[in-house]
Amino acid sequence: MATKGPMQDPIVDPMIDPRTGEYAVIAPGHNFKSVTQKIAGIVLTSNTPLGWFFGLMVGGGVALGVVIGCTWLFLKGVGIWGVTIPGAWGFAIINFVWWIGIGHAGTLISAILLLFKQTWRNSINRFAEAMTIFAVCCAGIFPLIHVGRPWLAYWLFPYPNTMNVWPQFRSPLAWDVFAVSTYATISVVFWYIGMIPDFGTLRDRATMPFAKYMYGMLSMGWRGSTRHWIRYESASLLLAGLATPLVLSVHTVISFDFAVAALAGWHTTIFPPYFVAGAIYSGFAMVITLAIPIRKFYHLEDLITLRHLDNMAKVMLGTGGIVAYGYGMEVFMSWYSASHWEFFMMWNRMFGPMGWAYWILIGTNIAIPLTTLWSRKLRVNVTYLFILSFIVNTGMWFERFVIVVTSLYREYLPSSWGTYRATKWDYIIYVGTLGMFSFLFFLFVRFLPMIPMSEIRMMLPQTKVTPGGPTAETISEESV
Amino acid sequence: MPPREGIYGLLAEFNTPAELVQATDEAYAAGYRRMECYTPYPVEEAAIALRFHKTRVPLVCLTGGIMGLITAFGMETWINVWAYPLNIGGRPLFSWPAFIIPAYEWTILFSGLSAAFGMLALCGLPQLYHPVFNAPNFRNGASTDKFFLCLEAADPMFSPGGTRAFLEQFPAVSVVEVDH
Repeated sequence: MATKGPMQDPIVDPMIDPRTGEYAVIAPGHNFKSVTQKIAGIVLTSNTPLGWFFGLMVGGGVALGVVIGCTWLFLKGVGIWGVTIPGAWGFAIINFVWWIGIGHAGTLISAILLLFKQTWRNSINRFAEAMTIFAVCCAGIFPLIHVGRPWLAYWLFPYPNTMNVWPQFRSPLAWDVFAVSTYATISVVFWYIGMIPDFGTLRDRATMPFAKYMYGMLSMGWRGSTRHWIRYESASLLLAGLATPLVLSVHTVISFDFAVAALAGWHTTIFPPYFVAGAIYSGFAMVITLAIPIRKFYHLEDLITLRHLDNMAKVMLGTGGIVAYGYGMEVFMSWYSASHWEFFMMWNRMFGPMGWAYWILIGTNIAIPLTTLWSRKLRVNVTYLFILSFIVNTGMWFERFVIVVTSLYREYLPSSWGTYRATKWDYIIYVGTLGMFSFLFFLFVRFLPMIPMSEIRMMLPQTKVTPGGPTAETISEESV
Repeated sequence: MPPREGIYGLLAEFNTPAELVQATDEAYAAGYRRMECYTPYPVEEAAIALRFHKTRVPLVCLTGGIMGLITAFGMETWINVWAYPLNIGGRPLFSWPAFIIPAYEWTILFSGLSAAFGMLALCGLPQLYHPVFNAPNFRNGASTDKFFLCLEAADPMFSPGGTRAFLEQFPAVSVVEVDH
């Protein structure tokens, strides 16, 4: 490992750029053809690795938990869960917030980093977007099955009906419907638009007639025309510009579900930024969880390099810092507010019967990552990062557990205090969504281009057009 | 459209983007207008050489966004003030601050869908057939590592012999005729 400074040791690692001392974004020696072959080969090969079938089966098997759990739920009702009064929000809301938070990193990578011209994102944006969509699928299940009468969930949408009943737009639940459905739609559209040129490449390289036909239909007849590319780039930039405020608004709206309620621990203005930062934190952890096995099994170390892992770990360090500030501020405000109930809520959260959850959260979300991620040695240590990504996502799950449960089970009146204990059905459905997520992801890596080929080509040195050619200043404009 | 016959244009294949841009620029200078470049990734310089660097996509997107904003805010106001007024804790029926949130989301939804589908519509996609795919070397390169310039027969400057001679002065790998 070339983690020694340039002063002690001349740089011999070809992955390190001698000018900057940074890891290269793409390993040297690649050209248009080699990156295309490498990425398209994963999809177009006729030798599917055995491990893929194994992974798909395990994922699909675990995903049956969702099917079985939901069937039993629809037969018996939400009584099979641990939700009671006062703890009316249990695993369903915890998992909803957790999953949708994980999705946020995908949009951040594909949209916000595009606007900031962070070209290193090009290798990881496609599968990060896929992660977003699958995470939103998993998240979307929970509010629907939590409403109690899921067959009436469509009442949440404003549509003309014979009952003459309409939604109530002062309710955060109605806001949620708009935020999450918009987020899912725009994510899918952004993902698909991004794949069109790559579908064109796959269509042209496929040898099997069925693959040719399918990728041909998906590519919509893309032929790489320059006029199309200019419109395409313009649309991508606009979608990125739109997805950026969207992703920030989605977790903000979700935090309003809590913050609008007049409950100690929920009714705070810090929730929107603190939720968004936490979402990005957990999402980057999930991208690392996915990127490390993908680059290993598909030998993509040239394209998803240590630079990517290092950068993602830095983003986690930054957002983790914001999350730590959020935790600190919650504690401070519970004292500074001079509110008896706020103070009790925080004491109960730390030292009450469920205090263990709070200390797991502090340990896994703050203590372990925020002390170790400062070290570059650890940031480029693949094994460590892989383990850490699980630790952080555990921590982020416990964050939502702490927020949802501790504020509810001991609220204002001691006479209405209760407790919360999840049942096996809570666990079955939650674990089932983990299986569903991996099942969808296995299908994605096999059938869709998981790294955007056209964007990787743009990062190669061969793309430079030699100076002396025409420039925008020397010619007149034509609008079509 | 009746089926067309004959030659669609002449397709020159280049190995590097710089050669393509050079040829495109000189073709424009020679008076060719009906032409198009095909590249495996966006080459901005080629668009400059084609004098094409303004699209209507942003306008479509803006229009969609304004429509989304008006639709959502109007719908919320109509529903909560006239169609189904509910007294929630004595708060005003026209609670515009709360209405901003769904209106904000639909602004993004409508403008995003307009940008994506507007882009496809302006490009004329999906398109099931295009003559350039008839060229034997097009599929192999245009989506991988080759750069193409097509001078179309519809151009008044076009003549099979003269245009071929024009294209062959550049370091093109090949110049092939493309049939309809």
